Amino acid sequence: MEILQDLHPDVDFETEEHLVDDKILDSFDIVSLIAEINDNFDIAITAKDILPENFNSAQALYELIRRLEEEA
Amino acid sequence: MDMQNNVLDYLSKIVKEKPDKTAYSDGTVSLSFLEVYRQSRAVASFLHRKGIYKKPVVIFMKKSPLEVAAFFGTVAAGCFYVPIDEEMPAGRIQLILDNVQSPLVLCDESTVETAKTFRLGAGEVVLFGQAVLEEIDDAALEDIRRRAIDTDPVYIVFTSGSTGIPKGVAACHRSVIDYIERLSEVLEFDGDTVFGNQSPLYFDACLKELYPTLKFGATTYLIPRELFSVPIKLVEYLNTYHINTICWVVSALTMISAFGTFETITPKFLRTVAFGSEVFPIKQFRIWRNALPEASFTNLYGPTEGTGMCCYYKVEREFEENEAIPIGQPFPNREILLLTPEGKLAGEGEEGEICIRGTALTLGYYNDPERTALAFTQNPLNTAYPERIYRTGDIARKNEAGELVFVSRKDYQIKHMGHRIELGEIEVNVDMLSGIRMAACIYDEKKTKIILYYVGDPSEKELASLLKTKLPRYMLPNRTIRLESLPFTANGKIDRVALKKRYEAG
Repeated sequence: MEILQDLHPDVDFETEEHLVDDKILDSFDIVSLIAEINDNFDIAITAKDILPENFNSAQALYELIRRLEEEA
Repeated sequence: MDMQNNVLDYLSKIVKEKPDKTAYSDGTVSLSFLEVYRQSRAVASFLHRKGIYKKPVVIFMKKSPLEVAAFFGTVAAGCFYVPIDEEMPAGRIQLILDNVQSPLVLCDESTVETAKTFRLGAGEVVLFGQAVLEEIDDAALEDIRRRAIDTDPVYIVFTSGSTGIPKGVAACHRSVIDYIERLSEVLEFDGDTVFGNQSPLYFDACLKELYPTLKFGATTYLIPRELFSVPIKLVEYLNTYHINTICWVVSALTMISAFGTFETITPKFLRTVAFGSEVFPIKQFRIWRNALPEASFTNLYGPTEGTGMCCYYKVEREFEENEAIPIGQPFPNREILLLTPEGKLAGEGEEGEICIRGTALTLGYYNDPERTALAFTQNPLNTAYPERIYRTGDIARKNEAGELVFVSRKDYQIKHMGHRIELGEIEVNVDMLSGIRMAACIYDEKKTKIILYYVGDPSEKELASLLKTKLPRYMLPNRTIRLESLPFTANGKIDRVALKKRYEAG
């Protein structure tokens, strides 16, 4: 959540559910987001997981991270 | 044949040879060369009937093949196009409109309502869909063509300015033709080339695809922007349309390579990969080269003021991970002078400012003689007759092999995600907001982040949302940090070195 707030301090990430579809996050945001997540959580988000549905809300992103942590 | 003096000579020739071939497509809308030709001549006839000649015409349309037809229509009318886009913040669009004072803004259904919210002076807003219905006036267009001069402008594109006001770079037919000829020769484009365009149409970067498509009767796919967030789908798109040539910013290429995309899918048809505008990390470059061992990889370098790209380097040897890929050598018919602050040629291995001379030089900054005079100056090595050079502000040196290598910037200009940005422009826009006492930006090259420090009343959150109305998305700070005070140097300037140290210390 902190990583997302740093990216766009003015967006309410608790409620937004269409971060990618509504172009709140663009491709460069996604790239820096993934780099930060991979650094902080010791997981590797790869191209297979880079789909709009995994990045549309903080909740979806959280679930992606959980899933990858379990697989690791 | 007469010597070519107009960029549309490419179109007049190819429409006879390959009328029905697809010229431009975005996967949804496609235009053949004949359709591009007809639509552009209809738009030109419309402008002619309105009495618009040798004037800037603003094109405010969503990125599509129709926008390309609008560009050529403007040129066929003896005018020059000024592309703007909904991705630009309103404040910036207004500055551009104020600068060019265009008699007409060509829109589509998606932009027309926004267009009407701007101050246009004497200009009017017209739908492309209306202009394209005009009956073609062959005699008038023939006359316009006969009177054309190759030192007249083709387009104006806007680039970041440190004073907060963007600069409109105007380029003429002769410079564009020279660029297209040299670039095509170096990258070996031909009639089978299928381009996958990444850059927005409001930058000169799109010259690389738009005009060689006309020259060779090639095809350009305008790749939807959303795909650059979804690497696997992006590569699928390249494969679906048999795209074999891409000229992309490095960050678009590394987005694919950094996340293991090639383990799932590889581009099947790519044979020419050109990249530029920023440093290609060697680790990422190797991933690309291993995925496409048969393809050619070329680094391109050049400022907008030098009409597209100016130098190239074909990557044909191995590089160490801490090594930078050289800028290489200039395209034919232009020279790079490395000048010392004293205006002398840099000695062997010595650093100097990259200065460009030749036909590639653009006309200068539109309606801005002061800033033009600062950057486009007399060649100090020539005292015999007037000869302009463009001073890029980029510092470079030559390596042992005689190849140009980028060293640093003279000022606070940075390259961020492929975009050229003056940190000063961000600071000026922050300073103008109410309640802000001072602001300074630094750039973290390693993590490619713009960090804004400020002193003032708005919260970090408020400031970020205010800035979104002033600056293009790519110029927005990646981190915004409020401080009680900013550090100063002994002579009273904001101490950016101290800020950077503070940032690096966490």
